[in-house]
Amino acid sequence: MSYTLNVTGFLLKGCIITLQLYAVTIVFSIPLGIICALAKISRYKFLKAFLEFYTWLFRGTPLLLQLFFTYYGLPVFGIRLTQEQAAAITFVLNYAAYFTEIFRAGIQSIDKGQYEAAKALGMNYRQTMWRIILPQAVKRVLPPTGNEAITLIKDTALVATIGMGDMLRAAKEVVTRDFKISAFIIAAVIYLLLTTVVVYVFKKLEEKYSVYD
Amino acid sequence: MMIKAENINKSFGKLHVLKNINLEVQKGEVISIIGPSGSGKSTLLRCLNYLEKIDSGRIEIEGEPIAAMDQQGQKIHIPENQIRRICRKLGMVFQSFNLFPHKTVLENIIEAPIVVKKMPKEEAVALAEELLGKVGLADKRDAYPSQISGGQKQRVAIARALAMKPDIMLFDEPTSALDPELVGEVLSVIKALAKENMTMLIVTHEMAFAREVSDRVVFMDSGEIIEEATPEKIFKNPEHPRIRAFLDKML
Repeated sequence: MSYTLNVTGFLLKGCIITLQLYAVTIVFSIPLGIICALAKISRYKFLKAFLEFYTWLFRGTPLLLQLFFTYYGLPVFGIRLTQEQAAAITFVLNYAAYFTEIFRAGIQSIDKGQYEAAKALGMNYRQTMWRIILPQAVKRVLPPTGNEAITLIKDTALVATIGMGDMLRAAKEVVTRDFKISAFIIAAVIYLLLTTVVVYVFKKLEEKYSVYD
Repeated sequence: MMIKAENINKSFGKLHVLKNINLEVQKGEVISIIGPSGSGKSTLLRCLNYLEKIDSGRIEIEGEPIAAMDQQGQKIHIPENQIRRICRKLGMVFQSFNLFPHKTVLENIIEAPIVVKKMPKEEAVALAEELLGKVGLADKRDAYPSQISGGQKQRVAIARALAMKPDIMLFDEPTSALDPELVGEVLSVIKALAKENMTMLIVTHEMAFAREVSDRVVFMDSGEIIEEATPEKIFKNPEHPRIRAFLDKML
């Protein structure tokens, strides 16, 4: 029992790194995704082409490769980042690319009659977007956003490959040291608990937004 | 003069939807626009409040142009915010209601007065409650659009448009999406507005209603105004055989 507690304590320390990366990624990639989605449906051709390239690149290559490139590749160009910086930048850019496409699709799924009604009432583009279109789009993008939020928990385990002491790496160290697989099981339970929290939060959000249909 | 449209043309790709349309609307006039589907009635209405941009011609709302051309026939650029200001004199009611589904009935009505006109909230709420009373839906103020019937939705949409205190109301087939038993409640609201001398342009397939409520009826077919006359004239003794053929099918 005390072995289990010890291991759990050790894993929870690693879990802090997981949670920090998780928080940073969510806090920055969602607003970035919203901004990129709005830019992608704007009339600025250059911006649209650039964002098209961005989402193509980041959705089209493995996250692990992007992480390697940022941490091991960028120093070649004289840019040296700490493990934490490299992980945060890569995760934010990667997840923002997916959020951009999710939010763009959500915004474009809103009926054009909504834009016309807002316009006929004298609202300008900004007012229409913030007050009429985006609030409705939020409801539609909740399920795919929830999926990403769950995937992100598990993707954070990738940072072990650039030597960060996250939960998975901690578990592996314990298993290698003690020749017992219980650390893996404990890690799995902690990951499950974390995803359960995310699932619960999104379920509540969906309930909140379901009042009007 | 509330609306003056001169020689307006509009095409969607190769389809010439409006061909040299001229239309004048006087203060207090109720005009019905009738005609077969695809004749350009809705497009005409949508051009008048800038939901569609015309290709050529001139449109004035209460003397101010929202579309104009110079002597060489080139379009004159008019700033968007100026157009938006001018078009605030027009209220629009859509066939498919287009209520904001994430807002309650009351919130739908107070949205534009607060956001666009910067009206204080209490004043907007008082106005909305008055308008809801007028369209007979005072008890639905806290309902969401999904919780009320089609006829009720359209009456809310009318109240929402009226909340901006427009000088002119445009109705784009306001009853076409309604179950037959719900048409009457919407038409009676429009009739009440006519009694208050609201200037109105109504695209409709309700012939009896058009006949009863309008000062003038405009008949359109394939992008042209074929005849423009009093309801008596159009319905009893139309000059054009196409109108007769249309009315025979409708009545």
